[in-house]
Amino acid sequence: MFLNTYTDSIDFNAAREWIHTTLSGVMPAWGVTLTECVLVGLCLLLGYALIALALIYIERKVCAFFQCRLGPNRVGPYGTVQSVADMVKMLIKELIHINHVDQFLFNLAPFIVIISSVLAFGCLPFAKGLAVLDFNVGIFFLMAASSIGIVGILLAGWSSNNKYSMIGAMRSGAQMISYELSIGLSILTMVVLSGTMQLSEIVERQSEVWFLFSGHIPALIAFLIYLVAGTAETNRGPFDLPEADSELTAGYHTEYSGMHFGFFYLAEYLNLFIVAGIATTLFLGGWMPLHISGWEGFNAVMDFIPSIVWFLAKVGVVIFVIMWFKWTFPRLRIDQLLTLEWKYLLPLSLLNLLLMTLVVALGLYF
Amino acid sequence: MMELTLQQAGFAFLSAVILVFSVMTVTTRRIMRSATYLLFVLFATAGIYFQLDYSFLGAVQLLIYAGGIIVLFVFSILLTRSQREKDPVRRRKVVAGLLTAGVGAVLCGGLLCTHLFGPSQLSEGEIEMHRIGYAMMGTGKYQYLLPFEAISVLLLACIIGGVLIARKRK
Repeated sequence: MFLNTYTDSIDFNAAREWIHTTLSGVMPAWGVTLTECVLVGLCLLLGYALIALALIYIERKVCAFFQCRLGPNRVGPYGTVQSVADMVKMLIKELIHINHVDQFLFNLAPFIVIISSVLAFGCLPFAKGLAVLDFNVGIFFLMAASSIGIVGILLAGWSSNNKYSMIGAMRSGAQMISYELSIGLSILTMVVLSGTMQLSEIVERQSEVWFLFSGHIPALIAFLIYLVAGTAETNRGPFDLPEADSELTAGYHTEYSGMHFGFFYLAEYLNLFIVAGIATTLFLGGWMPLHISGWEGFNAVMDFIPSIVWFLAKVGVVIFVIMWFKWTFPRLRIDQLLTLEWKYLLPLSLLNLLLMTLVVALGLYF
Repeated sequence: MMELTLQQAGFAFLSAVILVFSVMTVTTRRIMRSATYLLFVLFATAGIYFQLDYSFLGAVQLLIYAGGIIVLFVFSILLTRSQREKDPVRRRKVVAGLLTAGVGAVLCGGLLCTHLFGPSQLSEGEIEMHRIGYAMMGTGKYQYLLPFEAISVLLLACIIGGVLIARKRK
C-alpha cells in the first residue's frame, strides 16, 4: 500500500539512533540509559513549559479577538514575549507563607497536579517516532495518570483552610469525577473501533482514513461527547465553576502564590493541550497526514508536511474550538453541570458504545 | 549484571517507600495526611507492578486506587470532618490494637516462611491486552466472567445502599 511508505521529512528515529550511538561511544551501557533518561526528561519539561507559554499567549489573543480587543501588544512584536515576561515575574515572586494550614499538604498539592499532568503529557505520540511512554495499555495509562490530578486539587482546596478554596475543590472534584465517566466511555468507544490501546498503534491504524471518518456516526458522537467532557475535565469555561472568579475569587488556588500558583496555571493549560492531543490521536489520525484514497498527487503533497506539524496543527484546531466554547457560552450552575453529565452525556455515551460495538461486529465501518 | 542491580535498586526504593509511608499512614494524627501517605503507598505499589512489566495492573492501580479510592476517601473526609481528631488514645484501644498487630505479624510471618517466592519478572515480557480481556470475560477454566459479574452485583448493592442512606437524612 502506498500509504505505509509515508516517510517523515523530519526523521526522529534517526535522531534518536544518532544520539544513542554517539553516547554508546563514550560511556558504558548504564550511563547511556541514564543520560538518555535525563535528556528525555529535560526535553519533555522544556516542551511542556514552551507549549504552556505559547498557549497562554494564544488564549489571550483569541480571547481578545472574541471580545473585539487587541490583547497583549506591548512586549515584543504583537506581544509575543508577554507570556515569557509573565513567567519571569511568576518565578521571582515570593511564596507567601500562610498560617494555620497544613504546610506539608499545602506545598505538596501543586506538585501532585503538575506530576499527573507531565505524566499524561509524556504519553502523547507527538510525531512519527517521537513518543516517550508507549505501553500496550497506553490510553488507559494516560487516563490513570490524568486522574491523579483530582487528588492534588482536592488537597489544595482542603489544606488552604479557606471556604472559597474548599467549595472550589469540592466542585472541581465532583465535576472531574463525573466527566471522567464520559471521557472514559468515549475513549472506550474508539478503542473498540481501533482494537488496541497502544497509542502508537492507534495512530498507525489511521494511516488510510482517520477514525472520525471511518467510524462515521458513532465516532462523530463520541468526538462531540469527548469535546464537551474534555472541556469540563480541564475546568475551562463554560464549565469553569471550580474557579469561578466572580463567585469564589479563584477557587482552589486562591491561597497560592508565586510558582505554586504557577504550577496550577501551567497544569491547567497543559491539560488543555493533553485533552486536545488525545482528541487528535483518537479521532483525527494523530500525526498521520490527511489522505484521500485515489488522489495520488494530493497525498504526495500531504506527505511532504512533517508529522509533528500535522500533530500540532490538529491539536491547534481542537484547542481553538475549546477556546471558542470558553469565550462564547456563559458559565453553568453546578446542578446544570451534573444534570448534563449524568442525565444526558452518560446515557448517550453508553448507547453510543453499544452502537459502535454493533458497527464493528457487523463490519459497517470503512 | 548492572541491569539486575538497577532492578534491585528500584525494588528496594519502592519497598522502602511502601514500608515507611504505610507506618506513617497509621501513626499520623491528622486524617488528611493519613490519606495522602496512603496515596504514596499506592503509587509505590503501582511502581512495583510497572517494574514487573505488568503495566495493565499498574495502570489499574493508579486509576482505581490513586484516582478513585483516594479521591473518595478525601471526599468523605471533607464531608464528615469532625472535631474529635485530638481524642486521647484509650487503654482498651491500645490493647486491642496490639492484639490485632500481633495476629497480623503471626499471619504474615507464617506466610513469609511457608511461601516460595518465584522469579520476580514475567518470563514472556508484557502480557497482551487481548489475553487479559479474554481471561476477564471468558467462561472457561481460569477465566473470570462469573466473579466479575458477582462483584458488579455487589457494587450495585453498595450504590443502592448509599443512595438509601443519603436520602434518609432529608
